[in-house]
Amino acid sequence: MLARLLHTPPNRRAWLLLLPMLTMLGGCEAVLLSPSGDIAVQQRNLMIASTVLMLLIVIPVMVLTVLVAWRYRASNRTATYDPEWNHSLALEVAIWTVPLLIVIAIGALTWLGTHLLDPYRPLKRIDAERHGAALVEPLQVEVVALDWKWLFFYPQLGIASLNELAAPVDRPLSFKLTSTSVMNSFYIPALAGQIYAMPGMETKLHAVINAPGVYKGFSANYSGAGFSRMHFNFLGLSQGDFDGWAAKVKAQGSPLDRAAYAAIEKPSEAEPARYFSSVEDGLYNAILNMCTKPGQMCMSEMMHIDSMGGAGKESSHNWQKLRYDSHRAGSMDGFGHGPGHSHEPPGPPGDQPQPGGASAPAAPHH
Amino acid sequence: MPSADSAIFGRLTLDAIPYHEPILLVTFVATALLGLAVVWWVTRAGAWGYLWREWITSIDHKKIGIMYIILGLVMLMRGFADALLMRAQQAIAFGESAGYLPSHHYDQIFTAHGVIMIFFVAMPLVTGLMNYIVPLQIGARDVAFPFLNNFSFWMTVGGAVLVMASLFVGEFARTGWLAYPPLSGVAYSPGVGVDYYIWALQIAGVGTTLSGINLIATIVKMRAPGMTMMRMPIFTWTALCTNVLIVASFPVLGATLALLALDRYVGTNFFTNDLGGNPMMYVNLIWIWGHPEVYILILPAFGVFSEVVSTFSGKRLFGYTSMVYATVVITILSYLVWLHHFFTMGSGASVNAFFGITTMIISIPTGAKIFNWLFTMYRGRVRFELPMMWTIAFMLTFVVGGMTGVMLAVPPADFILHNSLFLVAHFHHVIIGGVVFGMFAGIVFWFPKAFGFRLDPYWGTWSFWFWVVGFYVAFMPLYVLGLMGVTRRLNQFADPSLQVWFVIAAFGAVLIALGIACFVIQIAVSILRRDQLRDTTGDPWHGRTLEWSTSSPPPDYNFAFTPVVHDLDAWEDMKRRGYKRPVSGFRPIHMPKNTWAGVVLAGLATLCGFALIWHIWWLAALSFLTLIATAIFHTFNYDRDFHIPVEDVVRTEGQRTTLLARA
Repeated sequence: MLARLLHTPPNRRAWLLLLPMLTMLGGCEAVLLSPSGDIAVQQRNLMIASTVLMLLIVIPVMVLTVLVAWRYRASNRTATYDPEWNHSLALEVAIWTVPLLIVIAIGALTWLGTHLLDPYRPLKRIDAERHGAALVEPLQVEVVALDWKWLFFYPQLGIASLNELAAPVDRPLSFKLTSTSVMNSFYIPALAGQIYAMPGMETKLHAVINAPGVYKGFSANYSGAGFSRMHFNFLGLSQGDFDGWAAKVKAQGSPLDRAAYAAIEKPSEAEPARYFSSVEDGLYNAILNMCTKPGQMCMSEMMHIDSMGGAGKESSHNWQKLRYDSHRAGSMDGFGHGPGHSHEPPGPPGDQPQPGGASAPAAPHH
Repeated sequence: MPSADSAIFGRLTLDAIPYHEPILLVTFVATALLGLAVVWWVTRAGAWGYLWREWITSIDHKKIGIMYIILGLVMLMRGFADALLMRAQQAIAFGESAGYLPSHHYDQIFTAHGVIMIFFVAMPLVTGLMNYIVPLQIGARDVAFPFLNNFSFWMTVGGAVLVMASLFVGEFARTGWLAYPPLSGVAYSPGVGVDYYIWALQIAGVGTTLSGINLIATIVKMRAPGMTMMRMPIFTWTALCTNVLIVASFPVLGATLALLALDRYVGTNFFTNDLGGNPMMYVNLIWIWGHPEVYILILPAFGVFSEVVSTFSGKRLFGYTSMVYATVVITILSYLVWLHHFFTMGSGASVNAFFGITTMIISIPTGAKIFNWLFTMYRGRVRFELPMMWTIAFMLTFVVGGMTGVMLAVPPADFILHNSLFLVAHFHHVIIGGVVFGMFAGIVFWFPKAFGFRLDPYWGTWSFWFWVVGFYVAFMPLYVLGLMGVTRRLNQFADPSLQVWFVIAAFGAVLIALGIACFVIQIAVSILRRDQLRDTTGDPWHGRTLEWSTSSPPPDYNFAFTPVVHDLDAWEDMKRRGYKRPVSGFRPIHMPKNTWAGVVLAGLATLCGFALIWHIWWLAALSFLTLIATAIFHTFNYDRDFHIPVEDVVRTEGQRTTLLARA
């Protein structure tokens, strides 16, 4: 029954109770209350359901507070005064039980909703009406948060785009996310809730957009000087328009190899959208494993060595090749005096990193 | 290459002085002039000796409590100035306009605002209130370790001094108030900002931890005869729980910052991206401290409201026992919820659901408390004096703030609300509506105890209304903006339709500024009118607990005779049984002696912190060794206590007898 609440459009009474809030929001676009993606819709429903459940107790408490304080004001000599009255078993039971019941209700919703809307869980529906059978193969998108822009790979299409993301309406989207330097959070409010993108780690997100449109996407976790301008457009397109967009990327874009990536990786702000007609093999995995530069060893490789029992003292040779942060030192403007210089990795050249390798190096516990 | 300069000054150069920043330069000049004026005024009054003897070296818990509160209020001015700067920036930086604060300045401001408001405003206010009130409420003459108390206070000041110094020498962190790595790592924040952050919090954290140990020992060991645990005033109970939280959580903060410092100073890889570091470990650790921290702040405020609502309803607190259990349950649960600060970092559904549900469970004891206050007013005689007005404003505000908190505790809802302005609105809702209102209630309530005269209610009422209305005007728009999908810590916006909400919020901040101004006027006016506002009884509100049984301000020794407790609400019970204050049979009173050691040790620790921030290694080593040597030297000081002669006690108590007779 509770699960049903999640799966149906928000019930009518809930909307009635929220009328004051909606009137307040009248005229402005509260995207969280009217999103365009099924996941975000369900998240909103859960938010509203828990709010309504809590208002059941919050409103009476507020009214009672005012009424009791007024009724028992010192100047009202007609009110009962009983300075010793300080205990009532019935009341005590009630004041612990009523909140408990409400928490049980919200807790049950939470348990179900958290599992059903787990961002790692592949979609089981397109929207409230279309389940299971209607699902087509998800569109894979690999997302990289850079200082301070977003890079999107479309492995099934062999293309990539910077600061512009496009997806066909009603097709499940399967995101894998990582970052190059610091923590960011990938968030398109109209589509679905956010998930962090973190360097050397991979997170996942499943979502679907149900209406065509241009939506805002941005980083929702502070990541340094260019954070405020780290946003992109998310294009929800019909299948035909999406195919056209992909063709445009192929036609107008330039190839994205490691050299081109090295240029993009340098910190910059407010980058316009850019297209890449092809992507060097294994680039996303090299980014994830922090080994895009010549001479760097991939984390997956080191983890493989470790999982085979380690290489003993020999491993110390790898230390220099595994260094990553220190090579980037100064890239994030140290003293408020503008960007510094980034060093070349001192490791021996010619030691080409292995692209790919193990899938997710240090995936957050899941 | 290390030059002679860098061997002497580390990385401190003249460039570190921001003389090219007009805003900072003006602030610096204004601060310097104000400082000089104070120095001149103290010198002219010939008050340096008095300050040193009676305040700086004082181990009297009452004076230390007052100094904590003054520190908190002074830092409130700085933290609030930061808030105004941010509100102004966000109100104008739309579309093409970048506002007046570039990123590297704006990002320091929001970091400093958070750090200052939590560590150097809320914490000193809470600690100050506990320091002042707890020994009086339990009928003790001081805290368990009076010298440690003085040292704790000066360590907190040391941390505050470093944060203030960062404004004029170098920079502060540009990381957000919890300094998540890898951003706070040396690769991505190579400047001194994060080092200021680390050492300011380490030094203040030592003070806070020691103060926690001190108050636990005081409450456990020094209660007046007859005061069993279940006869302790609720404020003392909340203080006990808060200090247990402090002692159990601040070492985690210290360890976490120490690991971050090792990463930054000696190249370890605890929280780096590479070489096996794990930044998520930092996020877990910092919130294992951080979540209890918010309960450290709110529990004493709950205690204040309990005392106020019972006193001004002229009635016993409803459900004392369930209040105590609610407090203890909150204390324990506050350790089981930390992950709700990062549901969105990729934890599994079961983990997220577990932490979401533990979080909502906290609302049960909190709800019980709200009902207890409500039923305390029921069948009472509610006097709407200022402390009670703050309390009612709190009850109405806090339930809604709590509700938005439970919304954020539902993980799927958090996925859309995390890091948004909705979140910012929520935690200001509970911190202002809970902690700040609680501290104002507490300050107005206990001010006559500390100074012997009440605060002027006229200006207090203005302050109250400006604060309450200002709070709603400033933060309700942020809820709306959060629902519009606006995230926090932005210094520029593309969408002009958001601007109106930010302008309203900025107006709200101005109203709060007026509230603060009225509070300052209230104190000034009260000092000028102190003779009309004088309270000679020591019990101006018809209080119920022991602190109201002694004079206002209390004598150095608090109680000439240790009171004997027979009931909860001990003073109310004594008044009802026709307690006669003893006027003879006084004896000399054993008291601790003032000491220079606290301020000197804390000064050395601060110097050491400054040297570490600027990599002035010789100075760091020298000040650290001097610190250790001084501490050892101080242990050989056996001249630590004295007896207040019986004649002094007789004279003091005689004056009180005269005053009481006149009242």
